[in-house]
Amino acid sequence: MTTNTSEIDEIKSTPWNGGRSPFNVEYGKMMMWFFLLSDAFTFSGLLIAYGALRFSSVSWPNPDEVFQSAPGIHGGAPLVFVGIMTFILIMSSVTMVLAVEAGHRKAKSEVSKWMIWTIIGGLAFLSCQAWEWTHLHHEGAWWGANPFLNKDGSVASTNFTNLFFTITGFHGFHVFSGVVLNVIIWINVLGGTYERRGHYDMIEKVGLYWHFVDLVWVFVFTFFYLV
Amino acid sequence: MSADQQHIAHHDDHGSMTKKKIWGVFWVLLGITTIEFFIALVLIPRGVLSHPVGNIIYIGLTLLKAFYIVAYFMHLKFEKIGLIYSILVPLMFIIFFIIWMLYEGNFWMHIRL
Repeated sequence: MTTNTSEIDEIKSTPWNGGRSPFNVEYGKMMMWFFLLSDAFTFSGLLIAYGALRFSSVSWPNPDEVFQSAPGIHGGAPLVFVGIMTFILIMSSVTMVLAVEAGHRKAKSEVSKWMIWTIIGGLAFLSCQAWEWTHLHHEGAWWGANPFLNKDGSVASTNFTNLFFTITGFHGFHVFSGVVLNVIIWINVLGGTYERRGHYDMIEKVGLYWHFVDLVWVFVFTFFYLV
Repeated sequence: MSADQQHIAHHDDHGSMTKKKIWGVFWVLLGITTIEFFIALVLIPRGVLSHPVGNIIYIGLTLLKAFYIVAYFMHLKFEKIGLIYSILVPLMFIIFFIIWMLYEGNFWMHIRL
């Protein structure tokens, strides 16, 4: 009898028997992870549509010809501008982790400093994207209009521009949302909200979102600019 | 703030990123991107690598970058194994989706030819 009771007690002490958090993360952080999982499926859907349409095409525009300009450079410099954009986004991811790290030490002014750098990085990336969209638009590219020829010299369908503007636009909208969230969290840091709360977990949650945006860009960069 | 949350917040400090580790991951990401640029701007134009081989290397390097961002920046490597699996296992479906759709896309091209 005594043995039975102790066995039951032992079973009840596992993390999965209720009354505690089996993943040992805060609820909001776990929900952010599941949101990001769903967002990963959304972006996968878009990128897989791109892959399927590209595989169904006999030829496709050459990214080195389409993306060969930067501010002040009129052609002949493939990958330069997108390289700068990639660097900006990786940098802003680094400053975001540094903000999280400072949050663990509850160093308010340091958190604030790194949040500002992250926000600046996000705005810089958005400005670059605005320049690139404007530049391509001036060249005659837009949804439903593709001035670029295929690699084999044939006239290309509008699939390329439709997918480019939709996918980079959807990603850019995520960056924009991330900047807005970062600004809100930064204002809360300045207001001492997290100091009063006793922890800076919100920095981690908004940080997860921000890294995800960087992660998506890594894939967009590969599939639109390199492959 | 409840005692439970305090416990979680305290536990989080365990295995967290130091500044040194953060910059280490930064250099890895920058290094991988530099290799990608080297392939795109030097190796492929000079004919050292063919386009299909280059593409396979790009995808491999992209997945490596994704691993570093998710594992270290997003801290997933240091979470409970249950959370890691509940995020990574659903992503397996994407692999099947990619294979099916690229196969299908290729099929459309052959219909058109």
